[in-house]
Amino acid sequence: MSTIKSERGLALVKYLLVGMFFGIVLVKAEVISWFRIQEMFRLQSFHMYGVIGAAVAVGMLSVFLIRKFDIKTISGEKVEIKDKEFKKGQVIGGFIFGLGWAVTGACPGPIFAQMGIGYTVVVVTFISALLGTWVYGKLAEKLPN
Amino acid sequence: MENIINWMSEPWPWYVAGPLLGLTVPILLLIGNRSFGVSSSLRHVCAACVPAKIPFFSYDWKAESWNLLFVAGIVLGGVIAASVLSDPADMVVAGSTKQELMALGITRFENLLPSEIFNWENLFTMKGLIFFVLGGFMVGFGTRYAGGCTSGHAIMGISNLQWPSVVATIFFMLGGFTMTHLFLPALMRLAGF
Repeated sequence: MSTIKSERGLALVKYLLVGMFFGIVLVKAEVISWFRIQEMFRLQSFHMYGVIGAAVAVGMLSVFLIRKFDIKTISGEKVEIKDKEFKKGQVIGGFIFGLGWAVTGACPGPIFAQMGIGYTVVVVTFISALLGTWVYGKLAEKLPN
Repeated sequence: MENIINWMSEPWPWYVAGPLLGLTVPILLLIGNRSFGVSSSLRHVCAACVPAKIPFFSYDWKAESWNLLFVAGIVLGGVIAASVLSDPADMVVAGSTKQELMALGITRFENLLPSEIFNWENLFTMKGLIFFVLGGFMVGFGTRYAGGCTSGHAIMGISNLQWPSVVATIFFMLGGFTMTHLFLPALMRLAGF
């Protein structure tokens, strides 16, 4: 897990605010919509591709600039991003997640936003996602990786 | 002020929403050296509530509690978007998608989610089993096995030029295409549409 110093109490409130910002954008962009996900997988709308593409472009530019100008965090730390290690899970697990994405119309972030906008039954999807995570954890050492 | 609220209440185009979502990456890095990702929150909840002495859930989840605050924020963001910034107009779905979904049995398109699927009456039915239980399980199991989801891999990982994240994203999409075109018609018939 992270090597960065852990924050407690009020220091954590800023993440609640960033989450709120992220949640509002998810809803207003309609990317939490089951219909928009269907449009994407039927190649009948550019919307989702535009959103994800533009998000990646901005993210990539930001990381590039942070590295290039060695921009520090607000507390003066050097920005650290861990490299991702390749494992078979990105293929098998990734495919399984894709199957679920097209059924629920949601990735993990949108599940929370869907509950927030009043689809309270999505709490069942959330509990199932927790169960899926738990079962993965239980089987992790036995699965191909 | 009212004008601004009205303007913000309309659906946001991709070229506004996409860059704003992307900004989450530098914001989290700069306010606390945190790598953007949502699905690990599910792992932290498991570690906090039902660790069951499983090695995968034996770590200091409290050190990662920023992530739980972040997802709580997403729920609140949803509440705000649906109350203060709610859009009274029906959602606009691509005509071709609408036709194909109508052929599968979906008749209502006014909200972000099809109300025929996402309601409590469906909980103990085949619809609930497929769309909430099975779907949610695949999302949770798949993202953890893949080590991330669309935020952690597709946005954060690719932004940081990580090729394993490119692989994961390709397989996210392949899974989605496979479900939509190969299995969904049969599953929807099975669910009684």
